[in-house]
Amino acid sequence: MALDRIRLADFRNHAATRLEGAGRFNLLIGPNGAGKTNVLEALSLLAPGRGLRRAQLSDIPREGAHGGFAVGADLVSGVTPVRIGTALRADNPGRRIVQASGAPLPATRLAEWLSVTWLTPAMDRLFTDSAGGRRRFLDRMVLALRPDHAAHSTRYDKALRERNRLMGGDARPDAGWLDALEKEMAEAGALIAQGRAETVARLAEAIAAVPDGPFAQPELRVEPAAPADAGELVELWRAGRAADRGAGRTLAGPHRDDLSVTMAGTGRAAAECSTGEQKAMLIAITLAHAELAAGSRPLVLLLDEVAAHLDPVRRAVLYERLAATGAQIWMTGTETEPFASLPERPAAWRVTSGEAVPL
Amino acid sequence: MASQDPRGNEIERLASSLARLPGLGPRSARRAVLWLVKRRDTALVDLLASLTAVQESLVECQVCGNVDTSDPCHVCADPRRDQRSICVVEDVADLWALDRAKLYTGRYHVLGGRLSALDGVGPEDLAIGSLLARVEEGGIDEVVLAMNATLEGQTTAHYIAERLEERPVRVTQLAHGLPVGGELDYMDEGTLAQALRARRPVG
Repeated sequence: MALDRIRLADFRNHAATRLEGAGRFNLLIGPNGAGKTNVLEALSLLAPGRGLRRAQLSDIPREGAHGGFAVGADLVSGVTPVRIGTALRADNPGRRIVQASGAPLPATRLAEWLSVTWLTPAMDRLFTDSAGGRRRFLDRMVLALRPDHAAHSTRYDKALRERNRLMGGDARPDAGWLDALEKEMAEAGALIAQGRAETVARLAEAIAAVPDGPFAQPELRVEPAAPADAGELVELWRAGRAADRGAGRTLAGPHRDDLSVTMAGTGRAAAECSTGEQKAMLIAITLAHAELAAGSRPLVLLLDEVAAHLDPVRRAVLYERLAATGAQIWMTGTETEPFASLPERPAAWRVTSGEAVPL
Repeated sequence: MASQDPRGNEIERLASSLARLPGLGPRSARRAVLWLVKRRDTALVDLLASLTAVQESLVECQVCGNVDTSDPCHVCADPRRDQRSICVVEDVADLWALDRAKLYTGRYHVLGGRLSALDGVGPEDLAIGSLLARVEEGGIDEVVLAMNATLEGQTTAHYIAERLEERPVRVTQLAHGLPVGGELDYMDEGTLAQALRARRPVG
């Protein structure tokens, strides 16, 4: 069990919305633009970060309100629920504040309480869009499993910017300076590559453990753009200096890695699969990762419009898998019909113009 | 309007100068000025004399780059210091921080910054040539690289280590990892990872 007695105040189009009696499966039903995804976004802010829209905080407060917002929920696990919440105050609009049991704490520490994962229609283009989008998707998954990944990425990116500046400058770059930068890049780059490889291996293992079914199974592989060994990286960059100087930037390295996804059995690239198959594979990856990342914490899954692209058979399989995760599930839809095959009775609300009424 | 300010121009000017000092700010500066004004015959005179003395005698040490009132500085001139060891730091502040701890007995070398392509600081902007010259002169056994654990600091350390490679000196670097008295439970993952990578045999 996870979140209940949820309250949204001045959050997007919700002036004062309460959701009580949440269960394992929770449905938000309503027409487009009613504010269903806004509820999911509010719940996504009960985790560190910028939430499922990656929104600017200043965009969130309800128009016509005083310029702040608040989200609160009971985290029900164990005997006594813990009240957690996040808010933006109009007099300090740059930083959201976070509380647990009435005491303030840094937003990053929300992750100690629960793990929140989401899947939105915006992620549907993951397989067809640029390698950069897939790399960021992969790195977010690595970060959830290996928190030191952020430090290595920051260090690598900074060293890369330094090297690119030297490569793009008018003067011939100092060879010793390049040696020094490449050493730093190689150390961080090798750790980044290791983190990616390890995460993909763990995901593949988790996905393989799921029984075969009508669901398209993804096969994941890192498409490395460079070796994962620090010594080999140093050699690569040293040998590539002339070409990099010509291009004015660093052409090869872990910053060009890609995540390759193919459909198991057929070996077809995900980008060439049908929309429904792509959705199924994205769901499989997200579920496998969410379970790995949550560990022993309560897991909340926010699934925006997931039922849309799936046929009834695959929907039923998805619901069974969701039930098996033990997570609390929040789903949105324009009607209740696609949710008829849920394995247990869901809690449901009808959402219209920023108000939620139990169904 | 300015003329309605209760303080005269000169006092206001002093407050505004003090306010610029690191860590002070306008409110603390006003408090300091008021304190000095009340002690104009003792503390103010003393401060004035100290400031003038420093202003007149301030020099950069031609050996190590330290800022002091004598050249060579009191560290370089101290005969009890180990002449065979040089500790390289980015800034004078780092030299002072290390020397306050009174743990290092050798002498120093201040680079005057760190390599940063984005900030436009290259090897020729740092006191690297003079460091190499000191090593060339001979009589140095060890160069301790005490750069900050930032990307720029470590890049600078790699760069200097490479320039010293052919020279007959031992080049060492400060360790990175757990701070003394640190509890694992409160350590960020980056620090823990670094400490784990840099683990070493016991005894």
